Amino acid sequence: MSLSLFLILCLNGLQYGVLLFLIAAGLTLVFGVMGFINLAHGVQYMVGAYLAFAYVQLTGSFMLAVFLSLGTALVFGLLLEYLVFRHLYGRSHLDQVLATFGIIIFLNELAKVLFGPATLTIAPPDFLSGSIQLTETLRYPVYRFATIVAGLAVALGLFFIVSYTRIGMLIRAGATTPEMVSALGVNIQRLFMIVFGVGAMLAGFAGVIAAPIFAIEPGMGDNILIVAFVVIIIGGIGSIGGAFVAALLVGLIDTLGRSLATTALSVVFDASFANQVGPALASMLIYILMATILVVRPKGLLPAKGVAP
Amino acid sequence: MTDRSLILSGVLFALLLAAPVLLPLIGESYLLGLIIKAMLLAIAAISLDLLIGHGGMVSLGHAAFVGIGAYTAAIGLENGVENILVLLAMTLAMTGLVALVTGILALRTSGVYFLMITLAFGQMIYFTLTSLAAYGGDDGLTLWSLATLFGSDVVQSGSGLYFVVLGTLFVTWLGIYRISRSRFGRVLRAARDNPERAEVMGYPITRYRLIAYLIAAMIAGVSGLLLVQHAEFVSPALAAWQRSGDLIVVVVLGGLGTRNGAILGAFFIVIVEEVLGAIIHEWRLIYGPLLVLMVLFAKGGLSDLLDFKSSRGTAP
Repeated sequence: MSLSLFLILCLNGLQYGVLLFLIAAGLTLVFGVMGFINLAHGVQYMVGAYLAFAYVQLTGSFMLAVFLSLGTALVFGLLLEYLVFRHLYGRSHLDQVLATFGIIIFLNELAKVLFGPATLTIAPPDFLSGSIQLTETLRYPVYRFATIVAGLAVALGLFFIVSYTRIGMLIRAGATTPEMVSALGVNIQRLFMIVFGVGAMLAGFAGVIAAPIFAIEPGMGDNILIVAFVVIIIGGIGSIGGAFVAALLVGLIDTLGRSLATTALSVVFDASFANQVGPALASMLIYILMATILVVRPKGLLPAKGVAP
Repeated sequence: MTDRSLILSGVLFALLLAAPVLLPLIGESYLLGLIIKAMLLAIAAISLDLLIGHGGMVSLGHAAFVGIGAYTAAIGLENGVENILVLLAMTLAMTGLVALVTGILALRTSGVYFLMITLAFGQMIYFTLTSLAAYGGDDGLTLWSLATLFGSDVVQSGSGLYFVVLGTLFVTWLGIYRISRSRFGRVLRAARDNPERAEVMGYPITRYRLIAYLIAAMIAGVSGLLLVQHAEFVSPALAAWQRSGDLIVVVVLGGLGTRNGAILGAFFIVIVEEVLGAIIHEWRLIYGPLLVLMVLFAKGGLSDLLDFKSSRGTAP
């Protein structure tokens, strides 16, 4: 395999990883701070993508659509929190799984009713279309570069907020000992709401920037939700830094695995066996990684300090 | 409480026993297929309730064992194994073996981490099934010949299959109930409520949990085997994580660790799907919010709603 192909795969892996981080960041905070399993986090990614589609149709401008979608995703997240999630914080994980499962079913069907079951696409904005010449033989789409940059910028901003601001300090404290934070006079309900809204907005943002790359379809959030769970388990529940490292790791392993597993197997086994097993093994890699981490290092690579198991 | 739920069990099984006789009279024989579907769902759900309700082990990979059972039967059939008892032995051995390996690893974790690791194993099994190109791969496999009982087609369709499934449901229901009332079941619940204490009292709780996990997996495998007989089709979708989610929905809706919960939950889901689906095509728009409302307002599940005691206090 040529070096330039490898480089493209790495960039694709990085781009997928950044996308995963945007989704996993909200998921890990909601999970870590509130102890809340939100299966509906994946549909917020889908909601973001559909919002982008709708606003592009409405306004004709991609950038305008991005901002409008972010605002709507935030409002939508807060609305869900107010209507449903707020009543589930004290409940068992099983109840949370069940209720959020119901929300997935509802929103997937709603997307199908409003936009039809067919896949939709939107074009990237003009100034981000085209591709860059990296080396003599290698070109890479500008839009994918832009998503990597945007994702990394958000990651940096989030890291700064969580590490150096008062609200970030409260979030970290809330993840460790919510009772103590509440006893010190912090409005923990409002803190939860902020974390939840921001998480929903980040997942929506991931959906928006993924919209021009992947197909928009009902149920698009289901599989990425599971991968996002893999990410937060590998990284350590409640840990933003862990989610970042794990997201990039999972993105790279998954992307490289899908292209290389068949080739790697055909070195040892015959071609037909490799063709048959390769794709399945590639899909399994991240789950094998998660299971290994859970057995060897149950709290993840970079566990948040003091989070109860 | 026990008396009322026992009466309910009696009514349920009497209705199921009478259904093949009564339903053709009102000309609704397609309902029998629907009931078989609900009973198969109930069998898998009862086994999951042993894990979740009694063991406190929330598995999000249980449907994988249904898939393994179905595929073991399908692969056996494709290779000329016809006797359902041989296929049953193969299914039990295969699901037991996979459950032993995954169980030993998964039980090193607990709580949310157990949920995630069972999800991981479930996904691995799902992708393994999609890679079986000789048996349909992603698209699944339609079976042209089904299992027989020593050459007799009594276990293939119609009322013969109906009573086989009903019998399996009854044996499963009774078996899990007996297990839950036994010393084994009490240790399992003790380990659920207070693992440290159960351990200090000298019970090897991981071994107890592993045995429960094996039993649950093997029962789920049997429901997969019977599913093949009913649907004449297997596909990896049987083992998808959404199916595991559906099983959790059935168990929790019915009522965790209750005598009839899993059966009630399974029939509720199948009926709701059928009735809402007949009213509007987009029935999921109603079903989704219905689930949310059930969680918010009916905490003890269906079996609690049907337990008409007014004196029932706040559940622990």
